Amino acid sequence: MEADNVSRRILRDITFRAPAGAFVGLLGPNGSGKSSLVRVLAGLDRPDGGRVLLDGTDRAALPARQVAQRVAVVGQHTPDDADMSVLDVLLLGRIPHRSLLAPVGAGDEVKASAALVAAGLGGWEQRRWSSLSGGERQRVNIARALVQEPEVLLLDEPTNHLDIRHRFALAHDLARSPVTVVAALHELDLAGQYCDLVVLLDAGRIVAAGTPGEVLTPERIRTVYGVTAEVTALPKGKVRMRLSMSAGIN
Amino acid sequence: MAKRERQPVTKSSHTNLTLALGVVALALSVAAAVTIGVADLSVTAVMRTVAAHAGLPVRPLPLLQDSIVWDLRLPRVLLAGLVGAGLAVCGAVLQALTRNALADPYLLGISAGASTGAVCVLVLGLGAGAAALSGGALAGSMVAFAVALLLAGRGWTRPARILLAGVATGQLFAALTSLIVVADGSPDSTRSVLFWLLGSLAAASWPAVFLCTAAAAAAVLVCWAAAPALDAFSFGADVAQTLGFAPARVRAVLFTVTALLTAVLVAASGAIGFVGLTVPHAVRRIVGSRHRVLLPACAIAGATLLIWADTAARTVFAPQELPVGVVTALLGVPAFAILLRKKE
Repeated sequence: MEADNVSRRILRDITFRAPAGAFVGLLGPNGSGKSSLVRVLAGLDRPDGGRVLLDGTDRAALPARQVAQRVAVVGQHTPDDADMSVLDVLLLGRIPHRSLLAPVGAGDEVKASAALVAAGLGGWEQRRWSSLSGGERQRVNIARALVQEPEVLLLDEPTNHLDIRHRFALAHDLARSPVTVVAALHELDLAGQYCDLVVLLDAGRIVAAGTPGEVLTPERIRTVYGVTAEVTALPKGKVRMRLSMSAGIN
Repeated sequence: MAKRERQPVTKSSHTNLTLALGVVALALSVAAAVTIGVADLSVTAVMRTVAAHAGLPVRPLPLLQDSIVWDLRLPRVLLAGLVGAGLAVCGAVLQALTRNALADPYLLGISAGASTGAVCVLVLGLGAGAAALSGGALAGSMVAFAVALLLAGRGWTRPARILLAGVATGQLFAALTSLIVVADGSPDSTRSVLFWLLGSLAAASWPAVFLCTAAAAAAVLVCWAAAPALDAFSFGADVAQTLGFAPARVRAVLFTVTALLTAVLVAASGAIGFVGLTVPHAVRRIVGSRHRVLLPACAIAGATLLIWADTAARTVFAPQELPVGVVTALLGVPAFAILLRKKE
């Protein structure tokens, strides 16, 4: 998936490419345009200028259903009052893959159950969505997107509500998954350790893009986030970092 | 984390069985309701009448009894079933589409428009009899729908807009109705307004049954075909869009289809409350929230409920008839209270 010169509201001339199978982190402080960019990539908002490309084709030119067979999206907000079972939520992911008049097949339920097991929530099919905690909902919602069997997975702050163990587990799974992942992320340290590529945004523009080692330098982190970072290089362009408050910030 | 009890997976065969039982209960309800009333009739008598009218070689009943079954009770019971089914399906669709648990078929001010139309026909002397009143009611509800769309303006399919526009439209037409009734000052128009406000199936006729059958069948089929979209909408319009649906188009089609069906139903029976609001909530508890199953289940439950509510309305204080809306409210409010309790 590629963004080619995308502009919308605060977003200006965003161009980057997520290679097949890569885990790409969209980073930036609050209001930098991460979520807006995910919405444009997801087709939820139309860009004012530029294009979003899927395998070189403008996604706006493709039928919505065909795109839905290839791109899954997990937004930042989920309904908290949906009167549905966990299985019903997961089965939403199968909708783009079957004819609209066809019933839910046994194969669909098998895929949904397998995704639950993979999310560490095996056997939760009949739980009510409304009874889940924020973190459990987030995990079910990501499982729902994986049930969609996408080539590209778009995530807006997927670690929201997750405890520290599940944050690492999610990042680990996304990094190993053959699916192309583009995720807006808050945690620099997580992105540094697990992303193949990161795109650093500030005020709607790309400040830097590349491997975490190339992008996440102490100087840039101080300029963009106003915090101090100690960065240690890891293999394959990844980094481990320690973040602390910069002097002069209360 | 406390380990919660694991519940068994519902098999689709369970829901099929539930639906089949529902159909049987509905058929039995129709048969039973036709026999109940001031004139005591047996199931065999009813079957003989139906068979005779179907052209089968059976000895028909005496003319009076035949007329009670064929001209009064059967169309009335069938109309009750159709109205109940249609209202419940419209309610389920609108609740999913607007993601609002309070959505019901009268959301867009359609029933208020129907009363205004019926009162206009009566006061302006545009016609007489049930058919003219129904025609006026149908026209009134169409005008109300158009006004709601105009008020909502561009982007009318967004739930917040259409809900507000619907509330305003309902108020406008309720005010117009009161204005006309007060200005006219005749007891006739007052009575007619009560009929439309509370609902009644007393004016049931075969033409009304045929019209409602056609409208309900067409609308319910469209909604049933849109079941996956409704599932997705229950989880948010953004999710629906990323699953390949065009939210504005889906909403435009389904708002229009349910509005048209509601208009036809209200024209035949007045605004019967609580069926469209309560039945979908109750049925969701039993069959779950997948609309492919939920919609037919709502149709069956709504039909059965309204058949029995109307039977009670015409028999409990016989020969005095209660407005059926009073019965559905008396049943609906406690049911709603129980559902709310359970939800917490």
